[in-house]
Amino acid sequence: MSDNVTAQYKIEIDGLNLFYGQFQALKSVPMSIQERMITALIGPSGCGKSTLLRCLNRMNDLIHGVRVQGSVHLDGIDIYRPAQDVTDLRKRVGMVFQRPNPFPLTVYQNVVYGLRVAGIRHSRSLDEIAERSLRRAWMWDQVKDKLDEPALELPLDQQQRLCIARLLAVQPEVILMDEPCSALDPIATMKVEELMLELKKDYTIIIVTHNMQQAARVSDFTGYMLLGEMIEFSETQVIFTRPTKKLTEDYITGKYG
Amino acid sequence: MALIGEKGVQRILLVTAFSAMSALLLIALFIVNEGVPFMFRYGIQGFLLSSDWDPSSGTFGIFPMIMASLWVTVGALLVGAPLGIAGAVFLSEFAPRPVMRVVKPAIELLAAIPSVVYGFIGVMVLAPLIREVFGGPGLSVLAASIILGIMILPTVISISIDSILAVPQSYREGSLALGATVWQTVHMVTVRAAKSGIIASVILGLGRAIGETMAVIMVAGNAVKIPDSPLDSVRTLTANIALEMSYATGMHREALFATGVVLFVVIIILNTVASVAMRKRAAKK
Repeated sequence: MSDNVTAQYKIEIDGLNLFYGQFQALKSVPMSIQERMITALIGPSGCGKSTLLRCLNRMNDLIHGVRVQGSVHLDGIDIYRPAQDVTDLRKRVGMVFQRPNPFPLTVYQNVVYGLRVAGIRHSRSLDEIAERSLRRAWMWDQVKDKLDEPALELPLDQQQRLCIARLLAVQPEVILMDEPCSALDPIATMKVEELMLELKKDYTIIIVTHNMQQAARVSDFTGYMLLGEMIEFSETQVIFTRPTKKLTEDYITGKYG
Repeated sequence: MALIGEKGVQRILLVTAFSAMSALLLIALFIVNEGVPFMFRYGIQGFLLSSDWDPSSGTFGIFPMIMASLWVTVGALLVGAPLGIAGAVFLSEFAPRPVMRVVKPAIELLAAIPSVVYGFIGVMVLAPLIREVFGGPGLSVLAASIILGIMILPTVISISIDSILAVPQSYREGSLALGATVWQTVHMVTVRAAKSGIIASVILGLGRAIGETMAVIMVAGNAVKIPDSPLDSVRTLTANIALEMSYATGMHREALFATGVVLFVVIIILNTVASVAMRKRAAKK
């Protein structure tokens, strides 16, 4: 596959198989993700959507006994090639988790964590980036007086936005979101969705969600997965109004899942 | 079971539990009763802060023993804490899980080796080595520190591993997903999150080091003097009791019990601090 072909997409996944030991969690998945778009992955529990997401920043490497076949190209370069620096990949492809997971440190230390890890020590630039990131995540006003307080004492929705802010601080290119609103109430969910639409201007976002309405509201493209296979991948509008596959239609009309 | 009945079983267990507890309580009361009046009669200051220990002329100052216990315990900490914490971090975060599952119980088994065996190794191997390399009598603060440092390893490693493993996986994932290396994740997030448990492990080790007697008697040299070098021979509080109890009578006997009271209080304080630290960890989760 020549680089010219793949480079028109931000991420190009081809024939991706993933095994947990004997169990095959992903079956020859293809997917092409466009830059500065929101791509949603939907499907019933255990369909492999989170597993697929975790292939994109190689978080699955942490699990023993995982084998990956096929290719994932980021800007035309295979991230599973042996020479890939995984920490470098994860700086470019950041992740927001299902449950807010700020570190048991202060708010400020959380925001600058990724920068410190990357070796930035200069305290004024840390301060600047921290403020900019918190503003970007729409929480500067709420936490500007609480920067030295423990992050775990923030309300849950602020914790999740703090996790987004700490990600923005390292300026990733791609943001992976693994059911980022499942621990939040409807109002907090709405705020995070608005934030996603705002971030789309600068970032490529891929979101796994249980919530079909959420996929319909925020995403430009949607992939429907079932039992490790990508059943249908298309523009969100198409998936939700005139899906081509019977399985997709059954799922989005609520016949199962 | 039908013979005794539910109520009967309860009553038997109640009696057993209470006799165990009252035995401990009685020992504590006995020691306090024997030691505390002496301390007040002799003068607490003279007892704790005077350097003269001469039972035959009726002077009982345990300051040298307090200093000896302090030196030896701090020494044991300097040896045991870094080794133990580093070992715990390696086993929990870097070693493959099956390796940890074998090595951790093996280390815990080290706690079952009788202290006289540790002391024997100290006398036969360590003390001559120190004598040759650094000079001095060999039986010294240094020898006792190393032996005790090794003896507290099971406590430090085992409790540290437990508290590191209790750190939620989501912290590690969050850190790695931000492009941190495993080592950065360990020292910037995981160890900090496990801090109170690790501190508790060290304090419990400390309590063990202060209370240890047999191994210390064998390797510390037992000279009653305030040490001014790690190569000096010293006598700790525990050693003082064990060495003199067989021929102590009257005031002397009471002075040894009072020494026991001092040890008792120090260890109670340490264990309380450790359990508060551990509870803090539990409350945070």
